[in-house]
Amino acid sequence: MLSTIYAVLFYIAMAVFTVGLVYRIRLYARTPAPLKIPTTPAPVTRSGVVLRMAKEVVFFESLFKANKWIWLFGWVFHVALLLVLIRHLRYFTEPVWWWVKWAQPFGLYAGFALLGGLFALWVRRIAVERIRYISAPSDHLMLLLLIGIGISGLMMKFVAHTDIVALKAFVLGLVYFSWQPLPADPLLLIHLGLVLVLMIIFPFSKLLHAPGLFFSPSRNQVDNPREQRG
Amino acid sequence: MNNVVDHDTLTINTLIDIPTLKKGAMKDSAPYVAAPEFQQALGFPGELVDDWQARAIEKFGELLKKSRALQVYMDSCVKCGACTDKCHYFLGSSDPKNMPVARQDLLRKIYRRYFTFAGKYFPRLVGAEDLTEAVLDDWYSYFHQCSQCRRCSVYCPYGIDTAEISMAAREIMDHIGKGQKYCNEILGKVHKIGNNLGLPVAALINTVEDLEEDLEEETGVTVRLPVDEKGADILLVTPSADFFAEPHVDGLMGYAKVFHQAGVSWTISSYASEAANFALFIGSYEQMKLVAERIRKAAEDLGVKRIIFGECGHAWRVAYSFLNTLAGPFDFLDAAYPIPQHICEFTWDLIEKGELRLDKSANDHMTLTFHDSCNVARGSRMGDYPGGQFEIPRAIIRACCNNFVDMAADTIKEGTFCCGGGGGLLTDDLIDIRTRGAAPRMQALQDVVTDHGVTHMVAICAICKSQFAKVMPTYGFAMDNVVSLHQLVSNAIVLDGQNVNGVEHTDLDPGSQAQ
Ligand code: SF4
Ligand code: SF4
Repeated sequence: MLSTIYAVLFYIAMAVFTVGLVYRIRLYARTPAPLKIPTTPAPVTRSGVVLRMAKEVVFFESLFKANKWIWLFGWVFHVALLLVLIRHLRYFTEPVWWWVKWAQPFGLYAGFALLGGLFALWVRRIAVERIRYISAPSDHLMLLLLIGIGISGLMMKFVAHTDIVALKAFVLGLVYFSWQPLPADPLLLIHLGLVLVLMIIFPFSKLLHAPGLFFSPSRNQVDNPREQRG
Repeated sequence: MNNVVDHDTLTINTLIDIPTLKKGAMKDSAPYVAAPEFQQALGFPGELVDDWQARAIEKFGELLKKSRALQVYMDSCVKCGACTDKCHYFLGSSDPKNMPVARQDLLRKIYRRYFTFAGKYFPRLVGAEDLTEAVLDDWYSYFHQCSQCRRCSVYCPYGIDTAEISMAAREIMDHIGKGQKYCNEILGKVHKIGNNLGLPVAALINTVEDLEEDLEEETGVTVRLPVDEKGADILLVTPSADFFAEPHVDGLMGYAKVFHQAGVSWTISSYASEAANFALFIGSYEQMKLVAERIRKAAEDLGVKRIIFGECGHAWRVAYSFLNTLAGPFDFLDAAYPIPQHICEFTWDLIEKGELRLDKSANDHMTLTFHDSCNVARGSRMGDYPGGQFEIPRAIIRACCNNFVDMAADTIKEGTFCCGGGGGLLTDDLIDIRTRGAAPRMQALQDVVTDHGVTHMVAICAICKSQFAKVMPTYGFAMDNVVSLHQLVSNAIVLDGQNVNGVEHTDLDPGSQAQ
């Protein structure tokens, strides 16, 4: 019963996430950008823009210019998230890819960095008057949701082990449509439940900053208006 | 004004402290509303329409479909707070709604309420709000406390540009009948007369004739300022303030001397006697196109080969970034030169080729610093490499004087602070916020005055010059402490045949002879 509910929820969440995101990306791609508005100085070639975007995506360059604390916490959180996601790939692959195996220990420690970054961001959101002022309840809840996912995940590793062999069978079953039972471990159910919530709200929330960055005209446009009409 | 700036807190020595919030401090700072006749002249409703909520939402929806920037910026903000201390109006006023993200949120909360799932069903959760009269009042106040300087967009991890959002908000307000008097009246004058000042042809010709007399008296050389001369090579489009305001006019005389010495034929157009394009400020693509097309028409009618713009920040942004799109292609012009070209590019080109004789000592009575205008710095370029807009003006200044110092690194170039009067705020009814917004620049200036004995600040924007001349006295400077860049060129340049110390000057170095 529980397994069925989670399996169905998983498909729903996956569908909402994918369809929602594709819809949003299509909207961004199709909305015209009639005038050239890169924030200058901007690259004068396409390849220059690729480099500019790469620096934004990988190093959060603008944020670094703006505020070293927000940059530090935000960057640590995102890099840690990436490592944790890589670590989780082992549940979706059989045999597990070599680089996923190799990244396992990093992914583990990243779990702590992830939580550290999130808590630090939350402390700033509460303690810094300016950021408190601009925060809506959803901004706090988003951090809480991620913190909940992080804590429940780490607890399964360090406090109460879950049956990861059975879990992997369940996940692979979802992927290959041959459903297997899900271990009825409360921590696991919480962890997975929160992840499903995150996936569902992704296309309706500020998490749209992820695709948004790539469509931001002030960052992705070439500075060549004298040579080329908009 | 009863709400005048507190000098003690503004002219302090430590640079730009982040203030604690004073909620609602600038709530009542709003510009005069445009009168019906000026609204209607631009095709907007004369006054606030009865069903303004519905019309505003409808217009908003239309803009979201037309502007990827607006759509992406509405969605992408994560409320990280990186931009919160970047706006000069916030730093100068402490009003939290002048933090860029909070300014955006005035529009974003309406976006969420009417255009997103979360805002429709869980408004409280995501900070969505109904469009009420109080919200409209906030829009009118705070979207007219944004000079659209783009400083915030430099620091936002997603490049969210509050300028775009202010423009959209003003466009919406225009379409429900709540336009701003200053911008909309000026646009009316441009359509009717050809320039922001409403300076008719006869007055324009009188003015330039006076200037020609002044130039001849000063130099002993006949330097012309031609108007409407068909067949000239170059059309000069310059802000109309250059024709009479101080220190603008000294810059105009500088351009005239440079053209004269370069031996090129040039002209001003009485039909397009204005570089400024205030349609940018009100976010109207249609109006911006109409004003830009006047320049194209003038160029075609006069049969020129090149277009050069005088010193003006937003005008250069519109010219450099948008003119080709709005009124191009300009295939009737000479493609050997940039279309359009900035007067600084033109002058620097001559200096690099050694074609101008410059006597730096003519500016020895000043120690200079340079104010990067926001629209030039963050919305355009000069030269053929990124950042030319910072280097070329500085190179010209260095070529024209012996004493130049830059202000603190985080207050210049891409991080430059607005003068406080840009974006359609250069009007007396907004003098309070203008004065406050100038605070960060004034502090940076004060630092180089104290540390390096700077006496004058150079600007390349008509709005900056007017704004500084107006607010600098409040900060203990003199109004003539701001100078035009081409004023320095004008002081330093030695024309062929010019009287220097009573001796007629002839060119001794054939290598530096102009063609
Ligand atoms: S564009 Fe300039 S004036 Fe407007 S919010 Fe950003 S920093 Fe402030
Ligand atoms: S820096 Fe950008 S993402 Fe961060 S709060 Fe400001 S506008 Fe939002």
